[in-house]
Amino acid sequence: MKVQISEDLVLNCMRCGFCLPACPTYREKQVESASPRGRIALMRAVMEDKLDILDIADPLDACLGCRACEPACPAGVTYGAILEQGRAQLAEVRPLPGVVRWAYRWLLGTPGGIKFSAWALWLYQKLHLSSLVRRLNLVEKIGGKGLADMEKVIPPVASPAQRAARKPAYPAVGARRYRVAFFLGCLSDIVFFETNQNAIDVLTRLGCDVELPAGQGCCGAVHSHAGEHAMAVEQAKRNIAAFEAGGYDFIVSTAGGCGAALREYDKLLADDPDWADRARAFSARCRDFSELVEQLGPVPMGEMPGTYTYQDSCHLRNVQKVAAPPRNLLKALPGARFVELPEADRCCGAAGTYMITQALMSDRILDDKSEKVRETGASTLVVANTPCHLEMLEGIQRAGLADQVQVRHIADVVAEAVRKAAPAGEEA
Amino acid sequence: MLRPEILSALQAAVGEEWCLTSKADLVAYSYDATPLYQRLPDAVVLPRTTEEVAAVMRVAHEHRIPVHTRGAGTNLAAGTVPAEGGIVLSLNRMNKILEIDQENLTATAEAGVITADLHKAVEAVGLFYPPDPGSMTSSTLGGNVMESAGGLRGLKYGVTKDYVMGLTAVTADGRIFRAGGKNVKDVAGYDLVKLICGSEGTLCIVTEVTLKLLPIPETKRTALAAFPDMEAAARAVSKIIAARIIPCTLEFMDNGTIRAVEEYVGLGLPTDAAALLLIQQDGPASVCDADIARIAEICRQEGATNVEHASDPAEQDRLMQARRWALSALARRKPTTILEDATVPRSQIAPMVAQIQRIAEKYRLDICTFGHAGDGNLHPTCMTDERNKEELERVEQAFAEIFAAALELGGTITGEHGVGEAKSPYLEWKVGPVGIELMKNIKKAFDPHHILNPGKLFAGETRKRVVVRQ
Repeated sequence: MKVQISEDLVLNCMRCGFCLPACPTYREKQVESASPRGRIALMRAVMEDKLDILDIADPLDACLGCRACEPACPAGVTYGAILEQGRAQLAEVRPLPGVVRWAYRWLLGTPGGIKFSAWALWLYQKLHLSSLVRRLNLVEKIGGKGLADMEKVIPPVASPAQRAARKPAYPAVGARRYRVAFFLGCLSDIVFFETNQNAIDVLTRLGCDVELPAGQGCCGAVHSHAGEHAMAVEQAKRNIAAFEAGGYDFIVSTAGGCGAALREYDKLLADDPDWADRARAFSARCRDFSELVEQLGPVPMGEMPGTYTYQDSCHLRNVQKVAAPPRNLLKALPGARFVELPEADRCCGAAGTYMITQALMSDRILDDKSEKVRETGASTLVVANTPCHLEMLEGIQRAGLADQVQVRHIADVVAEAVRKAAPAGEEA
Repeated sequence: MLRPEILSALQAAVGEEWCLTSKADLVAYSYDATPLYQRLPDAVVLPRTTEEVAAVMRVAHEHRIPVHTRGAGTNLAAGTVPAEGGIVLSLNRMNKILEIDQENLTATAEAGVITADLHKAVEAVGLFYPPDPGSMTSSTLGGNVMESAGGLRGLKYGVTKDYVMGLTAVTADGRIFRAGGKNVKDVAGYDLVKLICGSEGTLCIVTEVTLKLLPIPETKRTALAAFPDMEAAARAVSKIIAARIIPCTLEFMDNGTIRAVEEYVGLGLPTDAAALLLIQQDGPASVCDADIARIAEICRQEGATNVEHASDPAEQDRLMQARRWALSALARRKPTTILEDATVPRSQIAPMVAQIQRIAEKYRLDICTFGHAGDGNLHPTCMTDERNKEELERVEQAFAEIFAAALELGGTITGEHGVGEAKSPYLEWKVGPVGIELMKNIKKAFDPHHILNPGKLFAGETRKRVVVRQ
């Protein structure tokens, strides 16, 4: 499918430059081609045949896609959409390496592939292959420094037995208030299975019937960010088909990035007459975990001593527009102190696969972030998205803070607090 | 294309990494915030120090290469577009605040410091730098000085040039000099500091500035008043000033802007009002309270249908929303937004707004006006589409007529955006042939080979002046 850079979208940029200070890569590099305004001007030059798409490959690759420029834009430019069009055009003349494309298509791009990956990763950890691999520096040799850094921080993943014990549905504790469908995600469920289970537990305790519709897969964000538009569309259609039959009140996810992709299916499929309405209905039901929990509140929580701070997930904040709910939940933790992380709204450097493909810039941004975390004096850094979770684990380790700062997902923190208030079985 | 030996001389001056020549980089520095203006430079150079700037200028001087200096490129008169190619000299990397002198109440900073960052730094120690141009979150101090940028607080506190006490600059042939300093009183020779303020990069390159600071006002109060007709709003403005009250902000929005904001954000504004005035006073709480109460009273006396005022910060913020959303709401309506800054003496606001409305109708254009009522600095904003060439013709004619109308009312063609390239055909209308000649001679004294921001201020040809029929 040929994707063109849209003239209408590009012309909306009035080049006022309000996006410059919001852009993490511009702040690091101080050159215009590393800014949103610059990248739009470059894509416009491609659209006008003044530049070749390959001339602007580096500036496009260097974009985090965090979309912090969108709330800063007075003219409402849809930067994310323009970027994806540019990347799709780039992918046509500079395809992803075959093995990456294969992994996107089959390992992350199908429900079976996700299951297989989870099993393979467990086996890899179980057989202690990592020590051998690390000695030979294999991951770095194959996938580069970014992948090697990430490999080192992946926590032990759930076993096939734990996964097999997962039920297709969890009934509400007490009276049912809503019927909720849970979106598991690919990497999220592979690496942070426990977080998803915790989120489900919290939702059931707050009166939700939680179902895990079969046939769901990856949200498609990884595909569209890489310019693989057709694969992204395939994921969207699969998920819509899997979720729409149940007539759920809400579709919930714990990963800010995945949730953002789900919420934008309406835009992704807007021009497809067979799917546009179905996509709109789907997107309208999507909620982030913290957003729904706040709506269901007040949440009974037990003592959670410590100092907590919170790093926004860019796509949760800039795309899903969810910034207050996770903070409110943390502020409500009994016995805890909440400290706002300065510049929490700036990307941590993870940016999906950016931490792997653009490791150097990613590390510069990450180190700056870890320093700010250190200055808060927090004992727990709370995150709301899977790549951010992995990236901050790496950042805290690089900064030598691993003994002082825990990195936890908001669902894990809330689940612990809720269980402290009412251990299972004591619920009314 | 620069010859290889010139390029290597530039690379030697700033380091290879900071001398950009890729096709993509040249496109990325071919524009500023002015619609419809674009021109590729031959190289982009990003120095880190004043000495590096001087080294770049020595190369440019030797080879007679045009140098277009820029900060964040937020200019609205094509002042930073490299009109004649050559070098774009970007000062963004010179972004250190060097000193906040609490005894002399000055701040000294490099040219690439972002205006809002300076605000934060001085406010952290209880001081205040009043100039607040609309683009202050991204614009740089160097750019502010070169345009003598204004802002919302101009009425009470003046504009950038009122705060520049000293500067470090580099001449066209690459020599470093300082002008002014921290002295409140200093009449040693011509006032080069004031001359350089607003010179739009055509005289020298400012690399460091020393700015005057004030103690931060204790608190603020805000009022919002809706008027059934423009004259009533204008009368209220005059009466407020006549009552010996100088508010720190006195902003105005016309009916078109009110409707655009309401349509976009839905703040519950009265969409049938002809004008909104947004008024803010700062200072000691008791003075602010008294002033705002008196202002509200004056607005009601002059026929305001609805007056709200607030002291609670969140409430004040809500009232400020309308003005803050003005540009966004207008910019979203059509792809191309042309924002001008025709300015008249405060007493002429009502006739000027009437002229703008008449001209918009005459040329069948969508022009809304908002701006700084207190200092007569208006922003007639035209929403158009750059693909519609026929309409663009009409836009140009309409703005020519708006500038002529402002001059008839004793105003000026630009209050705070600068002349740049976009308004150069109109400069002579304002300053006359003698003014142009004097300015050109000043330019020659600073830049005999015409390499500093050529193509700006002075037009190849002055437009024939439009006669405005009242």
